[in-house]
Amino acid sequence: MASPKDHLAELLKQPSEWLRGSGPVSDIVISSRIRFARNLEKFPFATRASLTSQAAVLKAVKEGLTHVPSLGQPMLLEMADLNEVDRQLLVERHLVSREHVVHADHKAVAIGSGEVISIMINEEDHLRIQVMQSGMNLRDAWGLIDTLDDELSEALPYAYSSDWGYLTCCPTNTGTGMRASVMVHLPSLVLTKQINKVLHTITKLGLTARGLYGEGTEASGNFFQISNQVALGRSEEELIENIERILKEVIHQEQAGRDSLLTNNRIQLEDRVWRAYGILKHAKTISSNEALDLLSAVRLGVDLGVMNGLGRNTVNELFLFSQPAHLQKLEGKALTAKERDAKRAHLIRSKLGGS
Amino acid sequence: MLCEMCKQSQATVHLTEIVNEQMTELHLCETCANQKGAQVESHFGLSDMLSGLADFNKTQETEGETASKACPSCGMTYEDFRKVGRLGCAQCYQTFKRSLGTLLKRIHGSPIHLGKTPARLVKPAKSKTELAELKKKLDRAIEDEAFEEAARLRDQIRRMEQQDQQAKRKASGANG
Repeated sequence: MASPKDHLAELLKQPSEWLRGSGPVSDIVISSRIRFARNLEKFPFATRASLTSQAAVLKAVKEGLTHVPSLGQPMLLEMADLNEVDRQLLVERHLVSREHVVHADHKAVAIGSGEVISIMINEEDHLRIQVMQSGMNLRDAWGLIDTLDDELSEALPYAYSSDWGYLTCCPTNTGTGMRASVMVHLPSLVLTKQINKVLHTITKLGLTARGLYGEGTEASGNFFQISNQVALGRSEEELIENIERILKEVIHQEQAGRDSLLTNNRIQLEDRVWRAYGILKHAKTISSNEALDLLSAVRLGVDLGVMNGLGRNTVNELFLFSQPAHLQKLEGKALTAKERDAKRAHLIRSKLGGS
Repeated sequence: MLCEMCKQSQATVHLTEIVNEQMTELHLCETCANQKGAQVESHFGLSDMLSGLADFNKTQETEGETASKACPSCGMTYEDFRKVGRLGCAQCYQTFKRSLGTLLKRIHGSPIHLGKTPARLVKPAKSKTELAELKKKLDRAIEDEAFEEAARLRDQIRRMEQQDQQAKRKASGANG
């Protein structure tokens, strides 16, 4: 059997599904993701679970996963077997949450081929099932996760009540246990200072906005994750339709902002994009936040056609590979923050054909 | 009116704060309000919010759901839940049924699940007559202005239709 190390090396060969840079409206929408929170009927939730009980959950789930056809032959990684960098690598690829890498005992993740499906075991809920798609594509994600969830529920009886739906550890997830989220790149709304108004409005419509890496993270690089806030009282499809409807408006606003930048402030826009490119191409040391911001500007330039000869894929790849754990993985050893900044600048320079 | 914090821009946001039962009003410009907002957010977590929402009312206490009542399955009390904002097991939902019903309604706006049902629990499509019967009952309840009963029937109908759709979806998926 292949070791976790081999598995992780496999992951590094390609960018994640969510950074494929394709799919509908992929100039603005990076990725679409749906996650279900599920618990097994017979076991206490994480808050009251002993280590023995967590071990039993992990064992039951591992067994159950072998009866799930749509999962194929997943890569199963136990957190306790991974070092800090490897765990962080999974977080950076959005395969596990930041919470999942603290207290690693009996925590695991099963990853389907192409990193479309990932199932966290013993997170806040026994199962956190996630399906990821590139671009604006909640429909396909819903189709996949619905089937996967049906198969899982046959193998692993869920805690469920006909009144309240899927019973979760936190009452904010009770019901569908679903969070559908869309990751959007909104540089023009940020530049034109309309972003706060937009975010404020969507919260009034039952949605919530977070940064790149979920709850409590800031919105670096003009990336925002927009998701449903409510999980009970509406069907999954209604919740998804609601997000789609509101997202359409947000996308429209971003598009209008981009058009206006092109028509009214083209020189300033080009200046911003090319300066960002210049720094990225020549810098000798660069922090992760600065890189994200500059890459965001370059990506806008690529999307708007003011910068040619650079693919969206290359930019996406740099977003991912310039993250701390990816850099250390590429280098094959742990690096200090200072070393990482130099290594990051080197990686970006070489990808952009700089000095 | 000028912003009370920077005293430079026009105040467009008017905040009412209640600290230790003292009410104060603040008139701020958008920039200062955002800063103020950020400060508020930083020390206000989800569990604080839940414990506030999860407060008891008198009716629940008289009906036997006291803060110290423990879940027979995992031992969690409602007081514990209020502190951590997380439940201990599936049985907790039964143990604290009344209090949680109120809480779920506050969080989600509705306490009725209308989403999918685990595949093994999906019942074969209900007969059309049963659904028609319920709809008749609903009309009657509305006529009689029995709105609580009407709401209950409406949810029952929606849930039945939802399951029906799920069963149909699966059937067509299996064939095609």
